[in-house]
Amino acid sequence: MWNPLRESSGIVCEREKIMKKNSTFRLREKFHQAKWDEPVIFEMHTPGERGVLIPEVEQEIQEAVGDGISSIPENMRRKSKPALPEVSQMRVLKHFLRLSQHTLGADFNIDIGQGTCTMKYSPKINESFVRSPKAAAIHPCQDEDTVQGALEVMYKLGTFLQEISGMDKFTFQPGGGAAAILVMVSIIQKYHELRGEGQERDEIITTIFSHPSDAAAAAVKGYKVITLYPDEYGLPDIAALKKAVSERTAGLLITNPEDTGIFNNKIQEFTKIVHNAGGLCGYDQANANGLLGITRAREADFDMCFFNLHKSFSSPHGCGGPATGALGVREKFIDYMPMPLVEFDGKKYSLNHNLPHSIGKVRGYYGVFPAVLRAYAWIMSLGAEGLREVAEVAVLNNNYVMKKIQELKGAAISYPKTPGRIEQVRYTWEKLTEDTGVSTEDITNRLVDFGFHLWSSHHPWVVPQPFSIEPTESYSKAELDEYLAGLEKTVNEAYEDPDKVKNAPYQSVVHKIDHHPLDDPEKWAVTWRAYLKKQKKGE
Amino acid sequence: MGRYVAGLSEEAEKGRVKRALKRKKLGFLVNPIAGMGGRVGLKGTDGREILQKAIELGAQPWAKERAREALKPLLRLMDEIELVTYPSLMGEDIAREYGFIPKVIEADLGDVTTEKDTKRAAKAMLDEKVDLLLFAGGDGTARDICSAVGTSLVCLGIPAGVKIHSGVFASHPVRAGELAALYLQKSVQRTMEAEVMDVNEEELRREIVSARLYGYLRIPNVERFLQRTKAGSTGNEKYSQEAIAAEVVEDMSDEFYYLVGPGTTTSAIMQRLGLDHSLLGVDLVWQSDLLGKDLNEAQILKKISGKPTKLILTPIGGQGFLLGRGNQQISPEVINQIGKDNIIVVSTKQKIHSFHSRSLLVDTGDSALDQTLSGHYRIITGFREAIIYKVSFL
Amino acid sequence: MKKQTKRVYPYIPNSVPEIKAQMLEEIGVQSIEELYADIPENLRYKSKLNLPPPLVSEDALKRHMAEIFSKNKTCEENISFLGGGCYRHQVPAICDEINQRSEFLTAYAGEPYEDHGRFQVLFEYESLMGELLDMDVVNVPTYDWSQAASTAIRMAERITERKEILVSDIISPERLMVIKNYCHPVVNVRMVKHCPETGKLDLDDLKSKLFNDTAGIYFENPSYLGFIEAQGQTIADLAHENGALSIVGVDPTSLGILTPPSQYGADIVCGDIQGLGIHMFFGGGLGGFIATHDEEKFVMEYPSRLFGITTTTVEGEYGFGDVAYERTSFAEREEGKEFVGTHSALWGITAGVYLALMGPEGMQELGTSILQKSQYAMKELSTIKGLKVPRFNSPHFKEFVVDFNETGFKIKDINKALLDKGIFGGMDLSAEFPEFSYCALYCVTELLTKKDIDTLVESLEGILWNRL
Repeated sequence: MWNPLRESSGIVCEREKIMKKNSTFRLREKFHQAKWDEPVIFEMHTPGERGVLIPEVEQEIQEAVGDGISSIPENMRRKSKPALPEVSQMRVLKHFLRLSQHTLGADFNIDIGQGTCTMKYSPKINESFVRSPKAAAIHPCQDEDTVQGALEVMYKLGTFLQEISGMDKFTFQPGGGAAAILVMVSIIQKYHELRGEGQERDEIITTIFSHPSDAAAAAVKGYKVITLYPDEYGLPDIAALKKAVSERTAGLLITNPEDTGIFNNKIQEFTKIVHNAGGLCGYDQANANGLLGITRAREADFDMCFFNLHKSFSSPHGCGGPATGALGVREKFIDYMPMPLVEFDGKKYSLNHNLPHSIGKVRGYYGVFPAVLRAYAWIMSLGAEGLREVAEVAVLNNNYVMKKIQELKGAAISYPKTPGRIEQVRYTWEKLTEDTGVSTEDITNRLVDFGFHLWSSHHPWVVPQPFSIEPTESYSKAELDEYLAGLEKTVNEAYEDPDKVKNAPYQSVVHKIDHHPLDDPEKWAVTWRAYLKKQKKGE
Repeated sequence: MGRYVAGLSEEAEKGRVKRALKRKKLGFLVNPIAGMGGRVGLKGTDGREILQKAIELGAQPWAKERAREALKPLLRLMDEIELVTYPSLMGEDIAREYGFIPKVIEADLGDVTTEKDTKRAAKAMLDEKVDLLLFAGGDGTARDICSAVGTSLVCLGIPAGVKIHSGVFASHPVRAGELAALYLQKSVQRTMEAEVMDVNEEELRREIVSARLYGYLRIPNVERFLQRTKAGSTGNEKYSQEAIAAEVVEDMSDEFYYLVGPGTTTSAIMQRLGLDHSLLGVDLVWQSDLLGKDLNEAQILKKISGKPTKLILTPIGGQGFLLGRGNQQISPEVINQIGKDNIIVVSTKQKIHSFHSRSLLVDTGDSALDQTLSGHYRIITGFREAIIYKVSFL
Repeated sequence: MKKQTKRVYPYIPNSVPEIKAQMLEEIGVQSIEELYADIPENLRYKSKLNLPPPLVSEDALKRHMAEIFSKNKTCEENISFLGGGCYRHQVPAICDEINQRSEFLTAYAGEPYEDHGRFQVLFEYESLMGELLDMDVVNVPTYDWSQAASTAIRMAERITERKEILVSDIISPERLMVIKNYCHPVVNVRMVKHCPETGKLDLDDLKSKLFNDTAGIYFENPSYLGFIEAQGQTIADLAHENGALSIVGVDPTSLGILTPPSQYGADIVCGDIQGLGIHMFFGGGLGGFIATHDEEKFVMEYPSRLFGITTTTVEGEYGFGDVAYERTSFAEREEGKEFVGTHSALWGITAGVYLALMGPEGMQELGTSILQKSQYAMKELSTIKGLKVPRFNSPHFKEFVVDFNETGFKIKDINKALLDKGIFGGMDLSAEFPEFSYCALYCVTELLTKKDIDTLVESLEGILWNRL
């Protein structure tokens, strides 16, 4: 006779056994990316098809003003319609959906192999807020009384970041990290100019493992850039900084920990030396994920800092934006901030354009509101303890992965004289390449066959045959183990059957691509029309 | 309009490669005794004796193994290219072993091959108009080829030695083969000049590294081979050198004499000034005029005596020697006259990165001076660009 | 070890205590604290961050956001005449469908293998924009129009090797601020006057300011204040004669019916793609484009990524990748080639989808509809006593200036009154342009109906002349 109590407890036990057994992982050797063999949209052109229609113009309007175009001067009337393809709606949908399947987003894979990018989970609940008309259908120039909700979110996120960094005021106007760096450099420049030292202080100091935009933005503003190189411990030492600093120093822009994952424990000395020379210190916090609640810009004596909301603060990367570089400054620099700032008088939120030394603007309006909204919601759902957990687990995950990778043949961390790492590591395949001839690109291509990304490093490479991994807090141990299994398999193949690795990928959307025509002005084509023109020429 | 196929299909790739490879000639040269003698501690001039003794002492024919590995990536091009090589041990044997039907240049080889054979072979390859000379050997082989053909032939070294100082070798034999294949099929098109270091084998045995800059060979541009840009172009080395030259020349003062050391980066400075100069020697400039070319120590001391002088240096060799490897004319006395603060160091970032964070080195022969010279330097790496890098002594 | 049970977070899988312990063991440390050893003690933040208590459930978060959102009034609930660089256009559902796909939303910087779709979709965006602009090279989107204009100006500086840029004084003041900051101190920005009657560029003033260090002239068409500049070719000719470039900022929604700048001599064209299928997002939906002809000296100057297609002789077969260009020779007076980072790729993808849906007919109809509706609005508004509509005696596209000077009312008061009636009145220009202190910029897109426009007219009548 069937006894539900007895049976069900038995099933539960069995089930638990099975689940415990399966709470490990399996390397996806049979993974294959979608392959739709999809044409370029222009090749789907079918004359007459329509994708979407716009509202009709009322008869009365047409009668009142005519065809509209007649009042436009002849020379400003477009002579022939733009040669856009004509495709019906479902076909357009299908086409782009298929192309999306050709793209390996972070939601789809264990995306720990894009070091410095902080590919963490972007909670879907936050997407629903972004899609609400209350966020999407508001115009930036609306009366402030009608957008108090939006201003509240911006103001409050500002206060959260103030708390996290110790800075005194934030702006979300910069559209990305590089733009935030531009703001830092602009503030530094204006500050010195107002003190009559704009001409003399024409040098900005940075390090080679800070983001390339630190140097590039400084160059845009006319600065001479002095880059500190590390010693064998992976960090530039004090002597190097002292050599760089002079009465020409306008400021220091530095990332900490740097892209290698090494924390500069002398950072306070660094800022002191620069301040003593009359320069200002800007903190590029692109690599903040392991530091939330642990250490702050303020205590390290930075004058300003910025966070990438699309890195540590969960806004998704969108294939390369839109994003936000949230820029914060100490009180004495608030007047230099790009305008406007969001203020709160206890009752109402408002926009303040009255900043006497403002550098102006770096972007239209106030910033990428969707990114701000997501970061706000994310922090609200985690709280102080949650943020602390984010940082700690990110560091835990990273150190776990690092331990395992160091056990792999042919792999090593860069700068082994400094063993500690925070939230990411730059490794090197140097030994493996020496032994087998297999390069870091070859390995990256082979990992694609298991559904993984692996990024090398910014160019040009300082660390030979580099690869950069940043686990973040978003992936479970089983997933980390799966990725490590992929690495291990590839390493073994490199030693046993190097050609297998060199001819990868096998299970991706396309086979090996030849890049050289993209360098050749005769052959390169950035648009379909250019391609057709050049193809015709070649015939 | 054809049907779209994602990526280059195998046929498309084959077609393009086929066209590129048509009538391409690959020169293939092996120095069979590369690195053998020195390693087992032999000296002397009789080649046959050295070789026999070396074999008795257990020396391995490195070059043959390495050359073999390098040919593997080229096997798929066998039907398209013409392989040109030297008889028996100097390339023919290995080529045939892999199924190539090479064109063998006629030459009279003795029982044991010598540097004369290498030089003759290089010249012959030049006459044959090979598109690329792929050679297996060490610094000595590179030096011999350099003395024979200079930069008039595109070459690439298959590393066949324990420690190589010249920058003309790929990092691994397989990479040499791959790079050769890419160059022949025009996937890599640009070339660059790379240093050939002359290593004193005897000193090497005594573990004293005293290579000097011998000259330059032209090799396929390896940086493009590596580069897969995420963030736009960084410019190639030539571009960087021109930028450095612009920065240095802009800052040049009429009051100072400028002593310009050897190297391609310093050469770019002389080119910007429009002056005749020596690539491997030390030249003297004042107010944009050439005061002396390829000067020795005595000449330098005489000319700069009593004059405020600046010294422009660039790191030489795979280990980054600022002083002591090809600029011995810049002696301790010269340096003391000039003064450490008047030393201007220039280098492309590409060069700096090849040192993988190791310090640059000085070895003037005067250890006290070396110690004084060590420390952090501001190195000019571009227009309005400098880096801070460490210089140490041996 | 904490005494109370620590929370396990859905977003942080390894916050499970057993897993943590296992990992710590495998690393060989007792606690995570040890992993922070490299941070000096005096830099450690000792307190707890002062943040609101967490809303751990999705429902709690939803309620919280709903309360905040209730304080926002949208342009769907009201009739909006706001423009000035951010526009309410039709956003097809497919656009939202595609840019919400996790594949595109969460991808970043993979190689052309695993991210082939991303390369292709951005190449298609470039290509579709190329047709709209009638130019062969278009970049992957930058932050917004103001960045695009700034970069275009710096490109002109590098191409011509000259250090001054002329800018029409009727451009968006916000854009001007961005340009000024981006150019300072390397490029000098100098303004060119407009003709007060028509708004068009004062050609005499332009001629007087062009000289041998002018890199180019930048103007917008339609201008920030909505009128159409018909002297484009003349301006370009004057610039070219002087060895300078013509840089034009354009609204792509106008290019279905208006002549693209490349056809009146523009060398570099820039603008914003927000109107092409992207919501306003409180100003967060911006994306900038830069376009040029396919000449090496122009292509070499783009700091942004250019995705390209390669040619083969086998018909119909190709791949994608970065058009990676190497500078081979160093130019005089070179300054850095700007920076590349995370910009607005997802909006670029969205604009590509939009253009594919609209097609040539759709873009032409869009332009026509905007013309007709804005002309109708101007006509009706001019029936109100005391209004000068449009302020400039020129043809307009989408936007126009309404001069309320004769009524004696300040714009902010008028707009407050309109707000009570559920209307967002045109943007107050008094702060941005002192000479337009009683003027407002009204924007009419294809989404406004006759009824909406009539409602505006009636309401204004009532407010200004107390008629009900």
